[in-house]
Amino acid sequence: MDSATPPSSTANNPAPATRVALSQIFKVFFMAGAVSFGGGVVAYLREYLVRGSGWLSDEDFMSALEISETLPGLNSVNIAVITGDDLRGVPGAAVAVGGLMLPGAVIVMALGLLWDQSRHNVTVSHFLLGIAAAAAGLLLVVSLQLGKQQLARMPDLAIVIATFVAVSILKLSLAIVLIVIGTVAIWLYRPHPARPPAPEHLPFHRGPRHNHYRR
Amino acid sequence: MNWQLVKLALVFMMLSVLAVGGGTAVLPEMEHATIHWFNLTDRQFRDIYSIGQVAPGPNMLMVLLIGYRLAGAIGAAVVGVAFFLPDCILTLAANRLWIRFAGSPWRQSVQQGMAPVAIGLMFSGTWAIAKLSLVHVVNQTPDFAAIGIAAVVTIVLLWRHINPGILVLLGGTAYVLVGR
Repeated sequence: MDSATPPSSTANNPAPATRVALSQIFKVFFMAGAVSFGGGVVAYLREYLVRGSGWLSDEDFMSALEISETLPGLNSVNIAVITGDDLRGVPGAAVAVGGLMLPGAVIVMALGLLWDQSRHNVTVSHFLLGIAAAAAGLLLVVSLQLGKQQLARMPDLAIVIATFVAVSILKLSLAIVLIVIGTVAIWLYRPHPARPPAPEHLPFHRGPRHNHYRR
Repeated sequence: MNWQLVKLALVFMMLSVLAVGGGTAVLPEMEHATIHWFNLTDRQFRDIYSIGQVAPGPNMLMVLLIGYRLAGAIGAAVVGVAFFLPDCILTLAANRLWIRFAGSPWRQSVQQGMAPVAIGLMFSGTWAIAKLSLVHVVNQTPDFAAIGIAAVVTIVLLWRHINPGILVLLGGTAYVLVGR
């Protein structure tokens, strides 16, 4: 194997030979931001970054997602920062985030202005209430699906319940909940010399993405 | 006036760094902050959240409208920057330092420990939206039309994958037809 070939590049996922143009980064993230109707932006990003542009291998994408999930903030925005930074540094991150948010920001503001003018319209307010009700169902399903592993084992289930009770029933401040329950949860999973790390939790290692097309 | 903008910026910067596990996690705190510290009504908060659901891109772009409602176009800009910029900077820094932590056993502890906390927060976000939409705001009695819509969406999505955007629009239409 040619030593210049990035390890993750395969026949259907070749790495670009030249560095990616900022306008290209903007375009790809703009598209993902414009078509990701109904949420699930992460799935669209995967489509555009792995299959569309071929900038990331599937493994690169999962690695970026894993970091994004550990950090605060929206996963989609964090993925844009990481991918943009890896491709073109800070300017790359800036155009990626800008592209991702621009279409939604314009549409949200336009809808908001319309809403402002029709605040006393019963049909509009009923329509929005129905959307919120549907969103409640959607959020429940997303929480159940994302939490499949955590809801099925201890001590995770106890941590899920404690967090929910602290925020929703006791109405404690989120900062306090994160500090107290977060510390306890991390301590419960503290590194243990006698317990080797479970392999299923470290499926992806940050590798090739840092060697090829970096700035 | 300016004090209001400073307060908005500080509140949304705080929400930004507390958003562990995504935007849904901070919904209860955001609802509390905007309704009790600023004079947003729960109905306005709910409507703004709904508008975020029908726009493309991250749903949490709806924070722009909270800023707009409270302080006009400047408010939208301030809230947008305050809510998104701190996380972007954190992520940028972490992206460059991550490789250093890659071998640390604590990185895995943080990931495993914070995962159930993030899930608990998602349920709290779900609860916040459910409370705003499934009971009548005025007298806190159950809104059976809304509960029916939420139940149907839940069952349909557990049964098979459908673009949630379509379900959300159908939910809005259904409430126009049967709600009161």
